[in-house]
Amino acid sequence: MLTDSQIERYSRHIILKEVGGKGQQKLFDGRVLIIGAGGLGAPIALYLAAAGVGTIGIADADDVDLSNLQRQVIHFTPDIGTPKVESARRKMQAINPDVKVITYKEWITAANITAIIADYDFIIDGTDNFAAKFLINDACVLAGKPYSHGGILQFDGQTITVTPGESACYRCIFPEPPPKDAIPTCSQAGVIGVLPGVIGTIQATEAIKYLLGKGDLLTDRLLTYSALRMKFREVPLKRKASCPVCGDNPTITEAKDELDAFTVCDLEGA
Amino acid sequence: MKITINGKEVLLVENSARTIDSLLEELDVSQRLYVTVELNGDILDRPAHETTPVAEGDVIEFLYFMGGGSSHVD
Repeated sequence: MLTDSQIERYSRHIILKEVGGKGQQKLFDGRVLIIGAGGLGAPIALYLAAAGVGTIGIADADDVDLSNLQRQVIHFTPDIGTPKVESARRKMQAINPDVKVITYKEWITAANITAIIADYDFIIDGTDNFAAKFLINDACVLAGKPYSHGGILQFDGQTITVTPGESACYRCIFPEPPPKDAIPTCSQAGVIGVLPGVIGTIQATEAIKYLLGKGDLLTDRLLTYSALRMKFREVPLKRKASCPVCGDNPTITEAKDELDAFTVCDLEGA
Repeated sequence: MKITINGKEVLLVENSARTIDSLLEELDVSQRLYVTVELNGDILDRPAHETTPVAEGDVIEFLYFMGGGSSHVD
């Protein structure tokens, strides 16, 4: 049951016919895991906490660095040197003390991902490297967990939601990670600071819609965004029978680390 | 020859020998070795790039790798 102050806090939600008191209760009962407390994770964590998602997990092994602050808006200047998950938890609970935040100050790997995602309804990929992106896809597909993929690069971003067994997964698009050392790293390629705000907020919207059971998820279509041209495009996709993880004869049957891609961050401009 | 690439119409000189692979080279597409190509709604397996011809009216999407998010790489 919502208290009087909760009814006031969530009044702009509750007045929406797609949400109402019942939907707000669904958000309270919802459990969302955010992997990465960086550029994408920052707006995701802030908006999910503000929205009253009852349990939010957040995973990242890093500490806040000065060069993060241009885009990772959940971290403030006095947080430099603090674990990102701790910095994020403080802001989330300051926005909304109703929310339970579970922190994982560790990198997500094949050794821990399956056990961690088991506790959540919806997973959000806010990571910066292809090893993690492929691992999250594989683990979520194998566990049947819906998740949101997000990627950003310079002035471009893209996102897709995956409902395993029903819609196209990341490996349906990209069967394997790009080879290590084939491409420049994040710090070389750069990213405009507002970009993860746009893509991360879309990813948070998907989590909220999933918990509410309302609307149409961003499945079987890759949404791409160009900040320079200020254009969104949708590329229709479908599941691929030859997908190595969700296809007819999968070759990937357990989550494993893509060691070759482990230091790969992002690629030259699209 | 007129085709559509990532939502934009592109005019190409006629070339009956043009394949997806040679198109990637001709247009100097970034991430050329890693880009995913969707042809008329179907994602091509990479080995098919060299054998798949480009035809009038084709709708082609180049799908690029994007990393991003937090930044712990070093």
